[in-house]
Amino acid sequence: MNSANTNSKVLKESKNKIRVEFERTSKWTRFKVKYLSTTFVTSVIWKIFRYVILLGMCYIILNPWFSVIAQSFMSIEDFADVTVKLIPKHFTIDTYKAIIIENRYFEAVLNTGLLSLVCAFLQTFMCSLIGYGFAKYKFKGSGILFTFVLVTMMVPTQTIKYALFLQFKNFDILGIFGLLGMEKISLLNTMWPFVILSLTGVGLKNGLYIFMMRQFYRGVPDELEESAYIDGSSVMKTFFKIILPISIPMMITIFVFAFSWTWADNFYSQTFYTNNQMVQTLAYFSQDTPQTLKDLIKESGAAGALYQPNIKNTAAILVGFPLIIIYLFCQRYLIQGIERSGITG
Amino acid sequence: MDNAVKKPAKQKPVKPVKNESPKAAKASSPKRKKAVSLDKKKARAGWIFVMPFVIGLAVLYIPILFNSILLSFQEYVGSKVSFVGFENYQEALLEDTDFIQLLTTGLTDIVLNIPAIVFLSLFLAILLNQKMVGRAAFRAILFVPVILSTGLIDQMMTATGASSQAGGTEGQIDQGLQDESVTDQLISAADITRLFSNMKIGTELVTYITTLVNDIYNIVNDAGVQLLIFLAGLQSISPAIYESCSIDGATTWETFWKVTFPMISPMILVNAIYTVIDSFTKADNSVMSYIQTYYNTKSATVATAMAWIYFLIVVAIVAAVAALIKTFVFYQRRD
Repeated sequence: MNSANTNSKVLKESKNKIRVEFERTSKWTRFKVKYLSTTFVTSVIWKIFRYVILLGMCYIILNPWFSVIAQSFMSIEDFADVTVKLIPKHFTIDTYKAIIIENRYFEAVLNTGLLSLVCAFLQTFMCSLIGYGFAKYKFKGSGILFTFVLVTMMVPTQTIKYALFLQFKNFDILGIFGLLGMEKISLLNTMWPFVILSLTGVGLKNGLYIFMMRQFYRGVPDELEESAYIDGSSVMKTFFKIILPISIPMMITIFVFAFSWTWADNFYSQTFYTNNQMVQTLAYFSQDTPQTLKDLIKESGAAGALYQPNIKNTAAILVGFPLIIIYLFCQRYLIQGIERSGITG
Repeated sequence: MDNAVKKPAKQKPVKPVKNESPKAAKASSPKRKKAVSLDKKKARAGWIFVMPFVIGLAVLYIPILFNSILLSFQEYVGSKVSFVGFENYQEALLEDTDFIQLLTTGLTDIVLNIPAIVFLSLFLAILLNQKMVGRAAFRAILFVPVILSTGLIDQMMTATGASSQAGGTEGQIDQGLQDESVTDQLISAADITRLFSNMKIGTELVTYITTLVNDIYNIVNDAGVQLLIFLAGLQSISPAIYESCSIDGATTWETFWKVTFPMISPMILVNAIYTVIDSFTKADNSVMSYIQTYYNTKSATVATAMAWIYFLIVVAIVAAVAALIKTFVFYQRRD
């Protein structure tokens, strides 16, 4: 009791002492000690350097978009005018109008959006199922199977393009249809090739998703499932009731990847959708030049050549715009999911 | 199945190896023929989880791969199929003059870009991992390419040269001094060349660095996923290690090389391999687009043969990169 009292007294005195000493030293000395030390200077230089680098990178990423967006509102006269740089003099939305109407933008968005949504849902679910199997269970042949996952990642899409096309043009499961005397069905221009590929985990970039989910589930402690088993839950029930809910951040990441990559994909959609008359997709939407704009380019001569790339860029904006909106909503989860995955070699 | 999986719960096993048939038989109806050990049950559950992929592999992917290999040895004339042996490969390698050249130049370009992408993303991840004002905004912007710089959009933007406009405004500043060919470059190459020749550094390295600097837009845009993976890796390093380092008086520089770098090295391996695969299989690299146009305009079978040659080279490079990086990867001992 007594000692505690004296202790606090000592503490108070020393604190006061420090304060007094602090006030006695001149402001200049204090300033010198605080700001003219090497640690402070290096930290300031590092901070400036850091901001310069990061701002520069952001500039590099965003600048093409700024100029492209600005140009998309310019009329064709502005392209001939040298003084026009970023702000259009003759503001117009004719380019947008022509592309949206003549290339059937909304139809393309609807088709590709539905396709991407279905693919993203299926791929997210199937890849987490498969990834979980690889992460938590050791069985004979799991190593070889996982090598195949890596192989599906590595095979360039061009390598299998023609075989893929033929497979779904004359769709047949291991020749069973042929044996039964049924005719081979063409699944082209339908959503089925995408659904089948997604359901079996060999679709667009699915190898990467399986890999990511596997890494994520490896980080989930085994005790979690063991306690569920002890409480009498079955394997499937444990997966759906316990594992899936905790993997939602990671699944959102995969979902965003799957959605946006299917959305902007042109390999599969051009392989399976052979004709834009039957199903208009974003891949075809972005390729064609609207007739009115073609005429406009022909009429205006030299400015037309400068105007030409603008049509494709405007189409790119229209393709990217819905993705930006989704990204704004999901980017928090995107980073969170990845951070929790703790991907390791 | 339902019956079978309920068992491990009741047995409350601590990884038993032996067969637990008496208990299992007691718990369920006596009709059951054979009780299975937990290991087998686990293996079975594992098979059920990966079953979709196994089906996909067996029914779709392997037949497709097989057909694709077959195609590269065949020729289509109208609807008639004939086996031609190695003719397609011969045509790709010997008769088509552009392919080999594209293969060598395209491959060297890509291979040279890989270290740049990996190290830039590592550097940016370290920056983004520090606490600062506006970190969330920086992160959000730097991850934009993951979403936007893919497939269609990327193709359209590069086709129209929008990406080279990144340097357009800068280039105009010294338009008076330089000739017109460098106006679309971010920093004029002459400046860098002068700087490095003053430092007595070989010209090859200088040209390498200048090409990298001019290619910065593509490098940043390809680094999105790698950045995410590195950031995740950095987050998983325990702060306690850094704390003990600073108590022992290590500087930031030392901490980086002695702690961060070894801890992040498995991620460097993952990222290097991912970068190789990603940049080689990207639809807009020169070899792939050449094969694509060949497929569309000339012969699908020869294009498939080309693609197989390309795939073998990709596998060789992945193996080489993995072997190279594995020599310095450090794995933290896990208990």
